[in-house]
Amino acid sequence: MENLLSIVTFIPALAALILAVFLRGNDAAAQKNAKWLALLATSATFILSIFILTGFDPSDTGFQFVEEKDWILGLKYKMGVDGISVLFVMLTTFLMPITIAACWKVEVRVKEYMIAFLLLETLMLGVFMALDLVLFYLFFEAGLIPMFLIIGIWGGANRIYAAFKFFLYTFLGSVLMLVAMVAMYRDAGTTDIPMLLKHTFTSDTMAIFGFQIVGGLQTLLWLAFFASFAVKMPMWPFHTWLPDAHVQAPTAGSVVLASVLLKMGGYGFLRFSLPMFPVASDIFTPLIMWLSVIAIIYTSLVAMVQEDMKKLIAYSSVAHMGYVTMGTFAMNQQGVDGAIFQMVSHGFVAGALFLCVGVIYDRMHTRDIDAYGGLVNRMPKYALVFMFFTMANVGLPGTSGFVGEFLTLMGTFQVNTWAAAFATTGVILSASYALWLYRRVAFGDLIKESLKSITDMDTREKLIFAPLVFMTLLLGIYPTLVLDIIGPSVEALVNNYHAVIPVDTAAALVSH
Amino acid sequence: MLNTDISIVLPEIVLALFAMAALLFGVYTKKDKVAGPILWATSAVLAAIGIWIAMSPAGTHTAFNGAFVDDSFARFAKVTILLSAAAVLLMSADFMYRRGLLRFEYPILVALSAVGMMMMVSAGDLMALYMGLELQSLALYVVAALNRDSLKSTEAGLKYFVLGALSSGILLYGASLVYGFAGSTVFSDIIVSAEGHIPLGLLFGLTFVIMGLAFKVSAVPFHMWAPDVYEGSPTPVTAFFATAPKMAAMGLFARVVHDAFGMAVADWSQIIALLAVASMFVGSIAAIGQRNIKRLMAYSSITHMGFALMGLAAGTALGVQAMLVYMVIYVTMNIGTFAFIMSMEKDGVPVTDISALKQYSKHEPLRALALLLLMFSLAGVPPLLGFFGKFYVLKAAVDANMTWLATAGAIASVIGAFYYLRIVYYMYFGENEEETLDGTMAPTQWVFLMASAAIMLLGLVNMFGVDGYAAMAAEALVK
Repeated sequence: MENLLSIVTFIPALAALILAVFLRGNDAAAQKNAKWLALLATSATFILSIFILTGFDPSDTGFQFVEEKDWILGLKYKMGVDGISVLFVMLTTFLMPITIAACWKVEVRVKEYMIAFLLLETLMLGVFMALDLVLFYLFFEAGLIPMFLIIGIWGGANRIYAAFKFFLYTFLGSVLMLVAMVAMYRDAGTTDIPMLLKHTFTSDTMAIFGFQIVGGLQTLLWLAFFASFAVKMPMWPFHTWLPDAHVQAPTAGSVVLASVLLKMGGYGFLRFSLPMFPVASDIFTPLIMWLSVIAIIYTSLVAMVQEDMKKLIAYSSVAHMGYVTMGTFAMNQQGVDGAIFQMVSHGFVAGALFLCVGVIYDRMHTRDIDAYGGLVNRMPKYALVFMFFTMANVGLPGTSGFVGEFLTLMGTFQVNTWAAAFATTGVILSASYALWLYRRVAFGDLIKESLKSITDMDTREKLIFAPLVFMTLLLGIYPTLVLDIIGPSVEALVNNYHAVIPVDTAAALVSH
Repeated sequence: MLNTDISIVLPEIVLALFAMAALLFGVYTKKDKVAGPILWATSAVLAAIGIWIAMSPAGTHTAFNGAFVDDSFARFAKVTILLSAAAVLLMSADFMYRRGLLRFEYPILVALSAVGMMMMVSAGDLMALYMGLELQSLALYVVAALNRDSLKSTEAGLKYFVLGALSSGILLYGASLVYGFAGSTVFSDIIVSAEGHIPLGLLFGLTFVIMGLAFKVSAVPFHMWAPDVYEGSPTPVTAFFATAPKMAAMGLFARVVHDAFGMAVADWSQIIALLAVASMFVGSIAAIGQRNIKRLMAYSSITHMGFALMGLAAGTALGVQAMLVYMVIYVTMNIGTFAFIMSMEKDGVPVTDISALKQYSKHEPLRALALLLLMFSLAGVPPLLGFFGKFYVLKAAVDANMTWLATAGAIASVIGAFYYLRIVYYMYFGENEEETLDGTMAPTQWVFLMASAAIMLLGLVNMFGVDGYAAMAAEALVK
């Protein structure tokens, strides 16, 4: 199939169009139809995307399934996947049916809700497949529109503030990236990503307003991309939009946000910053390392004192993304492997945790930790699932969370021992906030009147969690599954990087 | 010789003759009772001439010793002007009729100002420039005050007239300086005298001319008239102000700086860059406080003019192409948005407060969706066409070594995004209120709203080839 990537990308959009044009009425039957159609479309997308995975040749480090068509202004509609992006594509298609199933109980503007999620899926897939800078930007930015509406229309009490903060924060980061993209177009004469990967951007020192810019053009471009990806990721101190957005977003919105949208930042670093601006990346590596360490420790401490469950998990996401940036910029096989693994794993685990919050929120309509306690007595199955994902979040060996954290720490240790040492304390801190949350919610006596009649998970909820539990365990026990796919591409990335930046420079940091 | 000259300006002559014939017809028949037919006929004639110009063969022709230039650039601008004027006329019929404002002079004045605009973008001489500009402006002053009984409308007309006259004076002063130092009023002669080193007097003249033109495009710091005039004028007139005259003024701007001063790019590009930055920021920041959607659109258009000027500031063919693409997209977006604004009314009374849009999406999901697309497009969010307009001008600026300008524009667009989002916020997340807008909307308004929104979305496939025509136009202008 020649157009497999485009077909996979645009099935959800097509379904959204069908919903928008043909579905009339707002009665229970119409709502049900909308949900089923969305579930069908996302499932079909997932099934088709399996063909991408099976047809993918991991030993080939180039782009595969490439499609190319001319577009306006010398731009191209070019899609393709390599070892780094194919897993994000799979993660997205895998999570979307679960997300749709998770919003089965929504009753407000169901049709629009489904359309928003379907469009969002198309745009997210496009981000990971685009092989043209402007096409990438188009998908990257357009995702803000449905997410803005999802938070703004279906969100919590303070949703308007959160929606605006989310949109403007990420928009500001992105427009700087757009300017950098235009500058790259001018410098390289193309917006084709594979060609840009081969292009060397000048890194001669240049002076701007009397300031000597070490790394020249590369540094400026790197900073512009950093502005976008650091916000999206989000890295400390650019993370403040995330807790607000998460708390106000509906459950399904939080799942997509945590599981896929955050990964775009990490993917961007791997696709653009490191391979295209290696000199600048090298200059900024210490900064990233320490920002990541601060993120891991600081946001873990902040997570510990949260009263709101979603906020707690949001801060824990920031901490986990700290491992990702740290591993990415360690720029060795273990570090980058670990970063990608951590992103995939976090996609399952954080998504599942937000779903866990959603389960009890649907019943009690509060996310206040103090409102719960002793749930294990009435909801044993729920307590089991929640515990499983709490452990995965902590990084217990046997779950996917462990592999990612361990690999990133190992990779970082080789280049920056101190950063790795500080970051390791994050493992303990994450155990403390996650287990404490679990204890306060699930254990103890069930004394709250309101909880006396709470019911355990129904079949739909069990079905939602089953694939997530399965994947978390599978990747925890057999991580090679992922590492085999990303390995060669990461190796090529690391080798290309070190062809420009000798390993010695990196190793020298150990002595610091 | 005269025959050739006449055949080159034939479209303008036809339109002018039509306007006069319509005037006589209106005066000698039943006056305002025939306003409807005249309006429809005028928009048909405008559209027909637009198509005629679009179909006419390529090539550059000059008439009247170089005072009138007919090239791809002029044709591109004229087609945009004529079609947008026709569109605005069509969608305003219902609004004007129901408010007793449908006077037969209205379409005729629009047609006359369109003649002026066509002269402007074809001007090859300072005299022709001034004639076109004044014909356009005088017609516009009158339509601004069309609602004679409204204090605000007359105020708008008077304000526009006084400030417009002032700017014309500045422009004339600049023109006289240019004539004095270049020894000619024809652009092709001026450009020769500016070759190599530009005399100081000529530079002063250029600066004054640019000031006059900046007033017409409402670029900061010559923008003060725009919000008041936009607010005071009847909404269809505001819609007209925001579309065709802006295109014409931008076309004239490009014409003057490239045709007459093409050799001194470095001298004017920094002036225009400054106008662009100021317009983008002042427009974006000032709009945040606006509650009146017409004032908001005035500031929005100031911001957009800043972006279009950014393309012009690049001083290259790519810059002119970017400016033209931007203007076409801008005009299309504004037609759709104003088609919606015209339909905003409560109990038959026009409403301009944006909080009236609260929960609009619940009552009219389709129209709300169309407006949502237009708002995101105005904010420059991909995949809508507004983003591509911004991309073009950013690229032009970066290619011309003006990355600082592009960065400033990018930051301004984030500030600007806020107030467009606020409209979306009112429509989709606003708290429920008992009073909502009437559901009525004239069919023509509905068609233009939907068409404009659809173009914003579908344009991402190939921009309907507009960028190719814009490239041809830019090449004709920038040698």
